[in-house]
Amino acid sequence: MSTRLSSTGRLIDRSQKISFSFNGKNFSGFKGDTLASALLANDQILLGRSFKYHRPRGVVSSGSEEPNALVNLGDGGMFEPNQRTTTTELFDGLSATSQNHWPSLEFDVGAINQYLSRFLPAGFYYKMFIHPRPFWKYIYEPFIRQSAGLGKAPSEKDASTYEHFYAFYDIVVVGGGVAGLQAALTAAKSGKKILLIEQTAHWGGRAPVDGGEVNGQPLDKFVDKCVAVLASMENVTMRTRMMGAGVYDHGYLIAYERLSDHKPEASGPRHRLWRIRTGSIIIATGAIERPLVFSDNDKPGVLLASALRDYIVDYGVSVGDRTVVVTNNDDAYLTAIAVKNAGLEVSAIIDARPNGAGELGEKAKALGISVKAGKGIAKVLGSKRVTGVAICAQAGEGAVLEEIPCDCVAMSGGWSPVVHLYSHCGGKLLWDEEKLMFHPDAHNYPKNHNGKPFILPAGAVSGRMDLSEVLRDATKVGSKAVDSKKTSKPPSARMRVDAPIEAVWMMPQGAGIKLRSKAWLDFQNDVKVSDVQLAAQEGFQSVEHAKRYTTLGMATDQGKLSNINGLATLAASLNAPIPEVGTTTFRPPYTPISMGSIAGLARDEVFQPIRQTPIHVWHEEQGAYMEPVGQWRRPYCYPRTGESYADAVEREINQTRGSLGLIDASTLGKLLIKGPDAAKFLDMLYTNMMSRLKVGKCRYGLMCNENGFLSDDGVVARIDKETFLCHTTSGGADYIHAHMEEWLQTEWWDWKVYVANVTEQFAQVGVVGPNARAVLEKLGGMDVSKDALGFMEWKDGQIGGFKARAYRISFSGELSYEIAVPANQGLAFWQALLEAGQEFGVMPYGTEALHVMRAEKGFIMIGDETDGTVIPQDLGMNWSISQKKTDFLGKRAQERSYMVDVNRWRLVGLQTTDGSVIPDGAYAVGQGRNANGQKNTIGRVTSTYYSPTLQRGIAMGLVHKGPERLGEIIDFPKVDGTIVKVKIVDQVFYDKDGEKQNV
Amino acid sequence: MSDPVTAMETLRFEGFVTVSQAGSLGMITLRGDFGSKPFGTALKKALGLDPPQKRQIAHGNNSTAAWMSPDELLIFCSWEDKATLMTALQKVIGKRHAMVIDVSDARMTFTLTGSNVREVIAKLAPVDLSPGSFEPGELRRTRFGQIAAAFWLVSQDEAKVICFRSVGDYMFKQLKAASTPGSELDIWT
Repeated sequence: MSTRLSSTGRLIDRSQKISFSFNGKNFSGFKGDTLASALLANDQILLGRSFKYHRPRGVVSSGSEEPNALVNLGDGGMFEPNQRTTTTELFDGLSATSQNHWPSLEFDVGAINQYLSRFLPAGFYYKMFIHPRPFWKYIYEPFIRQSAGLGKAPSEKDASTYEHFYAFYDIVVVGGGVAGLQAALTAAKSGKKILLIEQTAHWGGRAPVDGGEVNGQPLDKFVDKCVAVLASMENVTMRTRMMGAGVYDHGYLIAYERLSDHKPEASGPRHRLWRIRTGSIIIATGAIERPLVFSDNDKPGVLLASALRDYIVDYGVSVGDRTVVVTNNDDAYLTAIAVKNAGLEVSAIIDARPNGAGELGEKAKALGISVKAGKGIAKVLGSKRVTGVAICAQAGEGAVLEEIPCDCVAMSGGWSPVVHLYSHCGGKLLWDEEKLMFHPDAHNYPKNHNGKPFILPAGAVSGRMDLSEVLRDATKVGSKAVDSKKTSKPPSARMRVDAPIEAVWMMPQGAGIKLRSKAWLDFQNDVKVSDVQLAAQEGFQSVEHAKRYTTLGMATDQGKLSNINGLATLAASLNAPIPEVGTTTFRPPYTPISMGSIAGLARDEVFQPIRQTPIHVWHEEQGAYMEPVGQWRRPYCYPRTGESYADAVEREINQTRGSLGLIDASTLGKLLIKGPDAAKFLDMLYTNMMSRLKVGKCRYGLMCNENGFLSDDGVVARIDKETFLCHTTSGGADYIHAHMEEWLQTEWWDWKVYVANVTEQFAQVGVVGPNARAVLEKLGGMDVSKDALGFMEWKDGQIGGFKARAYRISFSGELSYEIAVPANQGLAFWQALLEAGQEFGVMPYGTEALHVMRAEKGFIMIGDETDGTVIPQDLGMNWSISQKKTDFLGKRAQERSYMVDVNRWRLVGLQTTDGSVIPDGAYAVGQGRNANGQKNTIGRVTSTYYSPTLQRGIAMGLVHKGPERLGEIIDFPKVDGTIVKVKIVDQVFYDKDGEKQNV
Repeated sequence: MSDPVTAMETLRFEGFVTVSQAGSLGMITLRGDFGSKPFGTALKKALGLDPPQKRQIAHGNNSTAAWMSPDELLIFCSWEDKATLMTALQKVIGKRHAMVIDVSDARMTFTLTGSNVREVIAKLAPVDLSPGSFEPGELRRTRFGQIAAAFWLVSQDEAKVICFRSVGDYMFKQLKAASTPGSELDIWT
């Protein structure tokens, strides 16, 4: 029976009872309990099933390293799988369910797998499911998906909120144990800005459980004093429930603060991700105890010795009345003593070392505890929980000497420093042959931009296991972090006299295959000693390969308990020293962090910025169907009741071509270029000659990158001798602005040119159609007649009382004005046009109508006709490439042999013989097949639409030698297997002579 | 039609700080070598203030100038004063190579008030907002969430944030989320 003890319980408040449920059963615990301690207090020792064999599993640890006791937590929008019961603080109403079993935790059909384990060895999936190939997708994978996996995926949207916080400190101390507190105290005296974080809700780490005296005072008094002093210091910020998750270059640290996991009813975010820049990081993350590797070491009731100590001392919980302690080091004796002091029985200490322990051994003996030195556990008895252990000689092969009945086994295989954060940024490790652990190499700490170590480990993480050593080291590191010349005197503690730890990587050392096949290394992923040995035998010699082949350390706990035992097993199999095999890579985060915390505030309405024009609200009110254009949302069309989008587009085009349409063109990029060298600058940026543009005139221009490929296009207006206004594509404004600045700042830094992005200063409205002039004249103001404002001219003035700049340009082929007004007046201007346009049946039109009308006119669109591999010559736009200029961006590239190749695909119009619309993205096929047996392609569609004006499908496309093949019929296969016959024609389908726009 | 029509209804949210859309301001972008002595002197004549130093914001009687880059200032004034100020600037600049443009319509301004304004900004902008590290007099061009923005502290409990008008709605919504009651950190108060 695991149960609540009456006396101990440092962290619980017995006056505050808390109700919770597990698998629908109601239980109660106390404030201060973790879910694990509360479940144990209620004799719930079976907590889950393992991943592969569905073996019954219970709690094995008391902290974030827990591999077994994971649960589904909460319901609905608060549901979260794979939550560690050992780090889940109990709250009223908590509801948890166990994972990975069917039909129930107590009776799991999947447990049959453990009897099939000899057929499920390491690499089983790779060996078994590889043939026949198609079976993977349709048979193997669905089957495996159903039977494997731990927690369920949430079915509802996350109801909690999350946020980020940017913080800057001189020093961050990760870990609020004795080492972290002492290092922070020492460093804080310098007055530097310090952040001290602790992943649990309590300061002091595990030292108060393990006991000892500092400066003659009990340890918890020392902790309280440190906390009080630090809290009173202005330059120190302290946060509990905050974990150092990852360390990155340049002193960047991600910390994960859990604000309301322990009180879900609280307002505010659930988690906060701190994004910290710091000068240096003191890593005081302590160490994690290692399991011992013996047969059936995964049975519920077998747990880490330190964890049992924690449950007794911190939570007043016992795992069983009779405990067997099994160890290869002195620390586990503390557990035996704690068990005894709690009034419970220690059946025996099984010490694998022939000579037993140091002073703690004497103490244990004095308490009447029997110590069996040189012995090991041959196997654990019991099925769903421990009922006893069979004892053998550690040096032997597992012949049973005696059986000891017990209901709890506390094991200790030594300690592994928590070097994760230290290692994230390249810290190197050393194997300590005496202490049997990897700890930081003092000569190879991660270095900052000055070549100075910026990650400084302190305390147990550096392999200092004795309290006196920890305090000395932490004091030294605290001083070092602030470059203090003064040496602070560390608080004093007595050094414990221990017998050395001895390497025990398999118990007993000569265990046969039967025992090795049941000796677990990785509890969560069901990796046993025999699996790692098989991997080594099959040639997986690198630790990284063996990890992936066996899945050792690949579970949600990332091998916190299993890594060292696993690689020691691998080293033994390979007959290589442990440091030669090395560790796998430590990657952030230290323990899993919520997806929500990574997203922070960026969800729902602030998931992504949506740029809105000054007229945006009006579009939405009309029920416009919006489409993304860069980060803008633009109306695609304005469907009326009962209309399809296609109907709406057709109506908008017919109205515009027939009378008057309006388009919100505010998204067009507007870059102002000014300076004595502005004309020269534009001559370099555009392929055509801009310097000869007269003031008051507009010219369409093409922009290419250095490789000659088209990057943008638009109309340039010359404002005065030194000033130009360049229109860019809607999505291109910011990019082209940056492109211009880059050339000005890096290559032509001595040219006198300034560029400003004034896109957002103006609302711009396209007034389009045969009645465009009439509506503007009705509003009154500037003279917009043909003579006063000719085609491709611009003019400043007033229209309808609005301060306006009118550009007489056309992207539709109709009589058209684009009118820019100050953005604040954009909506009012738009409404004035709508009102004045009523007599002409005015309608707004969207981007689709815009696209169709430009395609009817054969105008290209950047991003449709171009894709980053298209040069102006491909589009038949040689007319826009100045032959007089000695240079422009792209000129040199366009002269390369590949660019002047006559075989390039070039732009033509495409007209289906049956009048249908060619599917978007279709390719034309020609004769023969390529090396892959596919039909050779000879062209592709770049724009394809139904033209309401011509009442048939029209398209443009790039075709091999296209312009030379006018009149030819080519084949465009469709996905349904049929073929569209398409005639190559001129790309201008409508008003080729431009009579309509030039009226 | 001289009255500015603001892009939206005036926005306001009472969180643990108050977020409100500021009224229309005159804003002028000036590009030029204002660091040079003659240019600086000329500017002082028009603006009534010395051009701000790197990452600073300088306040005069009728205008405020913010350092945007080594050759760019953003000048704030009242909506009414902007035409006069532009003319004055053009006049003192004369034939120098410079650019003066009205960008009053291009941006949206928000005012944050409350004792925890620093925290709201630090949730969105990667800037050290701790007292002593960022103080009134400094202006920072940075990002707020996923958009470009600039901000400065007017006092210990008031900040101004500016962004492009097209993302004003996004800015308001994220300022609102960042100042939701219950999400205070209280590390600087």
